[in-house]
Amino acid sequence: MSGAVRIPSTSTPIVEHNPRVRQVELAISNLLRGGVVLSILLIVAGTIITFAQQPSYVSQPSELQRLIAPGAKFPHTIIDLASDLKQMRGEAVVTLGLLVLIATPVMRVAISILAFIYQGDRLFTLITSVVLCLLLLSLFLGRGE
Amino acid sequence: MTPLEFVLYVLLISVAAGVLGSLLGLGGGVIVIPVLTLLFGIDIRYAIGASIVSVIATSSGAAAAYVRDGLTNLRVAMVLELATTSGALTGAYLAGLLSGRWLFIIFGVVLAYSSLMMIRKLKQSEFQQSTKPAPWADYLRLHGSYFDKRTGRETYYRVTSTRIGLAMMYVAGAISGLLGIGSGSLKVPAMDLAMHMPIKVSTATSNFMIGVTAAASASVYYMRGEIDPFIAAPVAVGVLLGALGGSYLLPKLRSSTIRLVFVVVLLWISGQMLWQGIRG
Repeated sequence: MSGAVRIPSTSTPIVEHNPRVRQVELAISNLLRGGVVLSILLIVAGTIITFAQQPSYVSQPSELQRLIAPGAKFPHTIIDLASDLKQMRGEAVVTLGLLVLIATPVMRVAISILAFIYQGDRLFTLITSVVLCLLLLSLFLGRGE
Repeated sequence: MTPLEFVLYVLLISVAAGVLGSLLGLGGGVIVIPVLTLLFGIDIRYAIGASIVSVIATSSGAAAAYVRDGLTNLRVAMVLELATTSGALTGAYLAGLLSGRWLFIIFGVVLAYSSLMMIRKLKQSEFQQSTKPAPWADYLRLHGSYFDKRTGRETYYRVTSTRIGLAMMYVAGAISGLLGIGSGSLKVPAMDLAMHMPIKVSTATSNFMIGVTAAASASVYYMRGEIDPFIAAPVAVGVLLGALGGSYLLPKLRSSTIRLVFVVVLLWISGQMLWQGIRG
C-alpha cells in the first residue's frame, strides 16, 4: 500500500493489443480442450469396458464394497498400468485417462513457455519456466515419499 | 446399490457439483468431498483422490472456454502461479507437521473471513475501477480488458497490489498442498478484493491457475494409490460436464448474483470445515 498519490481515473490502462496474444490464447484453449476430450473419451470407454468385462457389476450389490473400500485393487504404478493395459482391462484404460487429465495442466505450462519465447517476452519466458521447474520439483517430491 | 447404480448416482451428483464449482471458481472439489464421504460413506482418502482429479477437470474444462472468451488474464495467471506452486510445495511439506484438526480450523476461519469481506463488498454492486498507483502491475503489463456480454462493451480494468496478491496466492497454494483442493475460494478474493480485478476475470483466472496446483497434488495421490478409478471416473466425467455447462452460464450472469451465491456457499463450507476441526 504505497503512496497517498492519486492518479486521475481518466487515464486509459495500458493493455496488450498484440494479435499474437490472441493466437496464444487460442493455442492454450485448444490444448486444454484436447487434453480434456482425450481423457474423457478414455475414461468413458474404460468404464464401458469394465462393465462389459464384469457382468456381475451390473447386478450384484455385494461387489460394490470390494471396488470402493480401502484396499481396493487397481493399477497405481506405471508398471502395473502398462501390463493391465496390454490385457485391455477397463480399470487400466480409466486410469490412463485420469493420467492424461493430470498431465494436461503441466503441458499447458510447457506450451506457455514456447508462446512467450515466440512473443519475444524474456521476462515472462523466465517466469513461466520457473513455474514449470517448481511443478516438476513437486512431482519429484511426490515420488520421493 | 450395485456398482452400476453407484457410478450413475455419483455421476449425477458430480454434474451438479461441477456447475456450482464452475460458477464460483471453487473447482468443485470442496463440494464433492463432503458428498462422497457423508452420502456414500467413501473413505476420505479416496474421496480426496477423486476430488483432486475432478479439480483438474473443472479447471481445464472451464478454463478452455474462459480463455477463448477472453475472460482470463493470462499474464496475471502466469505471475501468480509462481506463488501458488511454491506455496503448494510448502503446504505439502507442512502437511506432515500439522495435525488435520488444526488444518480444518485454519481453513474454516480463512473462508469465513473471505465471505464476510464479500458481504461487505455486496453494497458496491458493480465493478469499480481502482486508481491506486500500481508500479509492479505497470512493469509486468498486467492490466487488461474483457468483453462484458451483459453490457455488450469491452471493459478495461487496472490491476493493483501485485505483491499482496502474490502473498495471498502463496497462502492459497499452501492450503491447496495441505488439503489437496484447488482452493479457488482463496484465489478469487485475492484477485477480486486485493488486486481490484473484476469478479468474472478473477473467477476465470482462478480456474485457469487451479489446474497447475492440483496436477502436482494429484500425482502424489496417484503414487500413494489413493486415486480409485472406480470412484474417480464418474466424479471426473460428471464434474467436467457440469463445469462446461457452468462456463456457458457465467458470462451471462450479473456480477452481484455470482457474488451473493459465492457468499452463501463460502459460509456453508467454512461452517463444515470448522465443525470438522472441532469435532476432531
